[in-house]
Amino acid sequence: MKITVYVPGDAAALALGADAVAEAIATGAAARGVDLRLVRNGSRGMVWLEPLVEVATPQGRIAYGPVTVDAVVALFDAGFLAGGAHPLCLGPTGEIPWLARQTRRVTPRLGVVDPKSLTDYVARGGGEGLRRARAMAPGAIVQAITDSGLRGRGGAAFPAGIKWRTVHDATATQKYIVCNADEGDSGTFSDRMLMEGDPYCLLEGMAIAGRAVGADRGYIYVRSEYPHAIAVLQAALAAAGDFLGGFRVEVRKGAGSYVCGEETALLESLEGKRGIVRSKPPLPAIEGLFGRPTLIHNVITLASVPDIVAGGAAAYREQGVGRSRGTLPFQLAGNILRGGLVEVPFGMSLRELLYDFGGGSRSGRPLRAVQVGGPLGAYLPESQFDAPLDYEAFAAIGAGLGHGGIVAFDDTVDMAKQARYAMKFCAIESCGKCTPCRIGSTRGVEVIDRIRAGDRTQIGLLEDLCETMVQGSACAMGSMTPIPVMSALNHFPEDFS
Amino acid sequence: MDVPATLGRILDTHRDQPGALLPVLHEVQEALGFIPPETVPEIAAALNLSRAEVHGVISYYHHFRQESPGRNVIRVCCAEACQAVGGEALAEHARARLAGSELTLEPVYCLGLCACGPAVQVDETELHAAMTPVKFDALVARLELEK
Repeated sequence: MKITVYVPGDAAALALGADAVAEAIATGAAARGVDLRLVRNGSRGMVWLEPLVEVATPQGRIAYGPVTVDAVVALFDAGFLAGGAHPLCLGPTGEIPWLARQTRRVTPRLGVVDPKSLTDYVARGGGEGLRRARAMAPGAIVQAITDSGLRGRGGAAFPAGIKWRTVHDATATQKYIVCNADEGDSGTFSDRMLMEGDPYCLLEGMAIAGRAVGADRGYIYVRSEYPHAIAVLQAALAAAGDFLGGFRVEVRKGAGSYVCGEETALLESLEGKRGIVRSKPPLPAIEGLFGRPTLIHNVITLASVPDIVAGGAAAYREQGVGRSRGTLPFQLAGNILRGGLVEVPFGMSLRELLYDFGGGSRSGRPLRAVQVGGPLGAYLPESQFDAPLDYEAFAAIGAGLGHGGIVAFDDTVDMAKQARYAMKFCAIESCGKCTPCRIGSTRGVEVIDRIRAGDRTQIGLLEDLCETMVQGSACAMGSMTPIPVMSALNHFPEDFS
Repeated sequence: MDVPATLGRILDTHRDQPGALLPVLHEVQEALGFIPPETVPEIAAALNLSRAEVHGVISYYHHFRQESPGRNVIRVCCAEACQAVGGEALAEHARARLAGSELTLEPVYCLGLCACGPAVQVDETELHAAMTPVKFDALVARLELEK
């Protein structure tokens, strides 16, 4: 009898040794005459348990992790192929509390399916959204997205329906769907995991969007730091057959520029130019890629579309709080004991995420600061950990959810150093178009260096500089770099003296 | 490697592709390890661009190199999530260890391995998580032996 074993091919699992584990299991099975079917699935998102090996048994999938090469022989001896007991056994995967407590709307197939198998995708409910969309009028699809309350998941949280309506209403012989997979924020990896673990979901979302707004061409711009995601997408596309109908998708590789995550810089890059931000207007929805109306969205936004169209806008809208509808796949990162992907409806508190899911710091020391929303996100002190995770509540405390990345720091962190890094990163990655960002960031590093050297008179100058960057920069890079800087200064003033 | 033939083959594949410059540069770098300055005029001519435009793009993006790198390129993540778990000390250790080495060390700002840092990438193919100075030395020793 053929036995199916899953060993993730997700980049985080690979970085933790999954290839060697897969090889050891294949070798062990061959030596024991076992007829093995080895599936390289995506990751379930429990990164601290990777490589997480699963065995398909009549009782469902049984998980073992974290599995090392050295443990493989003992696993065979313990009869893991039949779900046998072993200290690494975690029981049925779906019943692991960390996973069972989540609401996986966008990521239900993550770590479950073989990412390169369209058959697997369809067997797990994939394709239903596109099938329904083909029976709907384009305007009705746009209305469903509007009704769902979906907002852009890349960080800006702009209502998706408005973008869809604008591109739908634009008259042009050619329109484009562009997927922004330039996931450059530190602490974020949900786009990467989805592309590596469930690429057909993204492709389906793009095809539905294409039908809705009248675009037959799509681009996925993936950062060059994600070679594994690029490979999976290309394999999925090659095996897509006529799944996408007449919708054609091209995968493009970025080239290491953070600012290309800004939508207009990304479009410039796709056109073969330096990734320098454009002035808006015109909006990309009117004049986007190659001057044509372009619907540009982050990976998770587009991957949310099949579920919305298949399950109905109302079902999606039911979850969440206030104007933050649906779920967000949060990413627990940095100094955290149980890091990974946590998809939950908006509204949970940061504290629940950090402690109930995350288990506190990895180092065992108290958590002191948490940066939410990437390098342009605020540093929050413990007193703000009870903030509910929704866009408006975070805006009210001068912070943002961004792309849902949460980076935890323990009490050894030097917040003046983190503020300096924020300026330094801006100096490295600034596209150079506007002065406040290009020059301000370098001056910011110098001013913080003087503060750290003991010159407290420079604090006023730093505040002034931040104000200039906020007011005068052309895009979020320069105008939001002051957020981590000022939140560090305001919440952790003791580190600046 | 025959540079003109390789370049010609790459340009032929992309001549009619809209916005082809980045794909062309990626392929040139993948084939040759870097983008030799002498290839710029031909790339520019094939894509109907000026040499300045091509050079501007090559020099703008961190990923593109104009000089041949070392035998292996080791990228150490220097972004926040890795900083939170000792990434900075690791990067300093790596700098000291690889001073004068045949291997190229580069900073990278996020590999998306933020729940299992510090993260390291070798040659865009090999990934390492939860990196420590001891494990780093073992990795470098292995790469140096592989020559």
